[in-house]
Amino acid sequence: MTEAKTAGIATAVPAAPAARRRLPYPLVLLLLVALLLAVATAAVAAGSIRIPAGQVWGILLHWLHPGLAAPDWPPVRATIVLDVRLPRVLLSGVVGAGLAVCGMALQALVRNPLADPMLLGVSSGATVGAVIVVVYGVAWFGVFTLPFAAFGGALAALVAVYFLARSGGRMPTVRLVLAGVATAEVLSAVASFLVVTSNDPHAAQSALRWMLGGLAGTTWEMFWIPATAVLAGTVALLGVSRPLNLLLAGEEAAAALGLDVHRFRATLFVCVAVMVGTVVSVSGSIGFVGLIMPHVVRLLVGTDHRRALPAAALLGAAFLIGADLAARTLISPEEIPVGVLTALVGGPFFLWLMRRKAAR
Amino acid sequence: MKRGAPGALALRDVTVRADGRALVDAVSFDVAPGEVVGLVGPNGAGKSTLLRTLYRAQRPTSGRVLLDGDDVWTLPGKQLARRLAAVLQESSGEFDLSVREVVAMGRTPHKRAFDGDDQTDREIIAESLAALDAAHLAEAPFDRLSGGEKQRVLIARALAQRAGTMVLDEPTNHLDLRHQLDTLRLVGGLGVTGVVALHDLNLAAMFCARICVLHGGRLVALGTPEEILTRDLLADVYQVDASIEPHPVTGVPQVVLLPGAPAPFGGHP
Repeated sequence: MTEAKTAGIATAVPAAPAARRRLPYPLVLLLLVALLLAVATAAVAAGSIRIPAGQVWGILLHWLHPGLAAPDWPPVRATIVLDVRLPRVLLSGVVGAGLAVCGMALQALVRNPLADPMLLGVSSGATVGAVIVVVYGVAWFGVFTLPFAAFGGALAALVAVYFLARSGGRMPTVRLVLAGVATAEVLSAVASFLVVTSNDPHAAQSALRWMLGGLAGTTWEMFWIPATAVLAGTVALLGVSRPLNLLLAGEEAAAALGLDVHRFRATLFVCVAVMVGTVVSVSGSIGFVGLIMPHVVRLLVGTDHRRALPAAALLGAAFLIGADLAARTLISPEEIPVGVLTALVGGPFFLWLMRRKAAR
Repeated sequence: MKRGAPGALALRDVTVRADGRALVDAVSFDVAPGEVVGLVGPNGAGKSTLLRTLYRAQRPTSGRVLLDGDDVWTLPGKQLARRLAAVLQESSGEFDLSVREVVAMGRTPHKRAFDGDDQTDREIIAESLAALDAAHLAEAPFDRLSGGEKQRVLIARALAQRAGTMVLDEPTNHLDLRHQLDTLRLVGGLGVTGVVALHDLNLAAMFCARICVLHGGRLVALGTPEEILTRDLLADVYQVDASIEPHPVTGVPQVVLLPGAPAPFGGHP
């Protein structure tokens, strides 16, 4: 009897913890693309002059190739869509995608789910760079001066936070958040100081733009540099999505799996700083997009960066286009800086995340 | 699907210093291709530190670690990871990867940028999980596993690297009795060169051709279990009194701890 009993116990396989239930990945991507197109269409259509969605697409198709649609709209509408609203919507998408992708990369790089370009002071660093250029009227590199200065500020802030937060090869959450917040505060103060002490009221006015975060007055000229940087940066990150996964296993495990952790991290810091710098130089610092989007994406498609990065780019783009749409229509004709809106959504989310982590 | 050829490991005067203290002190030994060597010693003896110099987590202050004559510290990381796999002591992340994704990391050294997982990778991942009796865990979130299950998954990840040489730091930690035996038997049966840090001397005696004893960072003894496991050595290195007898069934020397303190400095030359 005893024998039979123990044999029964020995063959019992312990149950595995339940797998996360998720939609198939291609379906998620398809839904995200559909969401992005829908939000973008709505954002181009909405405004002081409402343009029907069908006409929006007619104008866009005609613009892409005159044979695709016959113009049955007043020319002024085409001007509104193509010269006023489209650059702003596309730039919102680029900024949102860039911030979401950077947030995801940073979270893997510092192996901490609370990392975000704004929380780590990267955005503030970029702001200081941008403000210096505007206040002092520097123009050493032509149109590239502003993005370049913002990149320099972003990289400096990132490196500073990284070394402040690290102690004995570890980077505890508390230290990381404290170092990031302190750096962000100091850099914001520096930026404010520069603006306040500036003698040129016009420069001060345009510098304020970066501190609040907003996309008003977007033109096509502002679009190309961040768009190129975000596209190239996202493709580069996709190329290193396997090594990014390795970092989640910890530094030693990543090294044992063949990754030169220090060199990899340094390279990606530069890559992230380029993206954040060029983004901040056109949009100012918009917080929490880089924090929230990666978390939502992980719930949808899991942590593997090969799947998560494209989804983060799509969702980030859709989110910020939507946020910018709300920013300019909620109290129109006034505009709320979009950074204010994302903070209103993101702050509570951040607190929820902290409490959830503490509970575990 | 082939595993890399077992490598010849050679440690030459490997020394690791930190804060003016030698954590590992001029350790030299060789491991022949296909041989499994056990690394034992009390806490703080330098076992983990020594192993870390093999899988490139800790650069030796001086000395060299050679794999088939190549210094592991001058090889490109990816190339080394195809030839030498490591199982570290358990680490848990803040991110919820599935077990399959964790094991898939083992394929990274064989991949270039933008390469997807092909059929071979999927088969290797499934095989590695099955070898560790963890096939049923494939879709489970890694962070929700028990300590022993995590350990098996990390060993499966090392298997998926298909390296000819394996370094294992306390692989039997957290494992229940059956999986302790299964795991060591598996490592022994792979035909790989192995260096395995173990706490359990009896398991080391059962599964390792030779045992290497570290004490205070120094290599104090190296030889077959019969040569190494002596009452004097255990008294010296571990400060315990023990009786060591060949087991009547297996013939392998087995250590039974005795409750008393060891005779003070008795008998050891």
